[in-house]
Amino acid sequence: MGKNAFMWATKSLIIFQKDVQLEFRTRFAINAIVLFAITTLTAISFSIGPARLETTILSALLWIILFFSAMSGLSHIFVREEEQQTADTLRLVTTPLSIFLGKWLFNVVLLFALEIIIVPLYFILMNTSQSAGNNFLLFLLLLFWGSLGLATVSTIIAAIISQASARGALFAVLAFPISLPVLISSIHGTRLALEGNTFSECLPDLQILIAFFVVILTVSILTFEFIWKSN
Amino acid sequence: MWWKSLFGIYMVLIILGAFLYAPVAKGLGETTRILFFHVPCAWIATLAFLVSAVYSILYLRKQKMIHDLKASSAAQIGLVFTILATITGSIWAKQIWHSYWNWDPRESSIFILLLIYAAYFALRSAVDEQNQKARLSAVYSIIAFVTVPFLIFVVPRIVESLHPDPLINPRGKVDMDSRMSTVFFGSFVGFTALFFWMLYLKIQIARLSQFKFKPGD
Amino acid sequence: MFKIKASGVTKKFNERSVFKNIHFEISSGQSLAITGHNGSGKTTLVRIISGLMSPSEGSVKFYKNDNAIEPENVHSFIGLVGPYLQLYHNLTALENLTFFSKIRGLGANRSRILELMALMGLKGRELDYVKNYSSGMLQRLKYVFALLHEPEILLVDEPTSNLDEAGSAIVYNILKRQKESKILIVATNNPEESRIGQKRIHVGD
Repeated sequence: MGKNAFMWATKSLIIFQKDVQLEFRTRFAINAIVLFAITTLTAISFSIGPARLETTILSALLWIILFFSAMSGLSHIFVREEEQQTADTLRLVTTPLSIFLGKWLFNVVLLFALEIIIVPLYFILMNTSQSAGNNFLLFLLLLFWGSLGLATVSTIIAAIISQASARGALFAVLAFPISLPVLISSIHGTRLALEGNTFSECLPDLQILIAFFVVILTVSILTFEFIWKSN
Repeated sequence: MWWKSLFGIYMVLIILGAFLYAPVAKGLGETTRILFFHVPCAWIATLAFLVSAVYSILYLRKQKMIHDLKASSAAQIGLVFTILATITGSIWAKQIWHSYWNWDPRESSIFILLLIYAAYFALRSAVDEQNQKARLSAVYSIIAFVTVPFLIFVVPRIVESLHPDPLINPRGKVDMDSRMSTVFFGSFVGFTALFFWMLYLKIQIARLSQFKFKPGD
Repeated sequence: MFKIKASGVTKKFNERSVFKNIHFEISSGQSLAITGHNGSGKTTLVRIISGLMSPSEGSVKFYKNDNAIEPENVHSFIGLVGPYLQLYHNLTALENLTFFSKIRGLGANRSRILELMALMGLKGRELDYVKNYSSGMLQRLKYVFALLHEPEILLVDEPTSNLDEAGSAIVYNILKRQKESKILIVATNNPEESRIGQKRIHVGD
């Protein structure tokens, strides 16, 4: 049992490594996601000017930007395999689980990489003057678990739409309802964190984010083999 | 068949009962009447979703197209009732809270259900091949189903509820005048029967049309 | 000793039948030719045998020394060459093969990769990007991909497509060696080539 898990982990890492290598060569996904986020951020910042936003809007806007950035970049990992017809080649060489985990890891890393760039930029441009301290850590926790949930939803939905047509629009349409628990809890929790609330006040949202992540990852792993077999 | 007429009479009685027999609820006035139709619609919307998810799981396990047919038929009926629930709810909201839409938790939930149904059908129409369509939409149905419990927890946190909960669930018990509850539960039963009958009809029609186009390959 | 048993294999797309009730049995040391015109369903049958597609009815079962092989493990015994098989264009040939070798659990296996590439006449091309390969070179590279893990079962769809005489000769040699002690399945239009198979299945009409 332990040996099997180790094998899956190794194979997932091999796939992850291959996808990172490919991504460095072509940079399609990272370009799409970062450019989208920066464009949106710029547009919002221009529109707002020097005005200060209240925490409700500050929190909501951040997650909206993150969500739509995910929508513009996190489907590549499956779509490009189908478009370049290498999906069948992958099917020939390994089992579905390692493929899903490798690509899931890719999306998680991609989303985190985006956040490292965008989140600081966001707070700078939005003229916030929130004092750091405890709440910053709280904010980071919410960001972490929320992003894991968002990346997981994006990965499994990307797998589904990669086999359909009209992929761009379909991705957001399918992902949005499923992402709602993440979005609502993250927005709510982030607002509380920004307003200076304590850990125990943000805890319910954090609990939902963690629980949702675990559940959606499990369901994704269980259903992926049904998505992956081509007919 | 005789039971269809009986069912028809039953539903007419429910409608009459809703308007003539049942009393109004405190504070809601004549608008109460919509309760007997709006709530069952919302219930059917959710039941259909559950039925669809169950048949989706069955399809994935058994790979028989009949299960996919049942799953998508249930979803179609569910979509119709979701739209009905949204519209009746909105009309009611306008009457009592003077605004058609407020993102009140119940309103949000039914709208989210609408989005899920719409996404399900968008997916189905984006896939041509029969088996692939069945497979992918079955998986989506299951994923959406798993999301629902979280939504139930999470949605009430968006806005303070305006929904007339005290009427139906003050302490989890049904707190209605007995005449009202008769019509109310009667309506529930009627609508549920209607749902299963519509599902049965849809499946029969689909089966017959398949039969017509299958003159040996 | 490996064995493949196909029984009642039928495939339909949206109610249209591609083929019905295909049966065959093949063991190590034997070869099978699948013949049929373009569009007859040869490729579909190959895809079903290789596990890329499921049959609408019937089954394809694999056995090692008369013990059934679990479906999840079958892929490690199969090598496939076909026009629809693609490799990663933005990686070099060596990077592609190293990836596939690792993912099959064989480690980086550089020496075997280089050896196979030399065998297929691709020596010196290891560091070229696959997108820069000609169609003939790509076909040769696909053989390297298929043979990396010394598959017990080799499935070849259109063995010599895009190949010149030299390439074809190399391929025929490989096919000959495969069918000596392992299983070979060839799908082809070419009547000459179909003679490679001791057994024959004709698809479509």
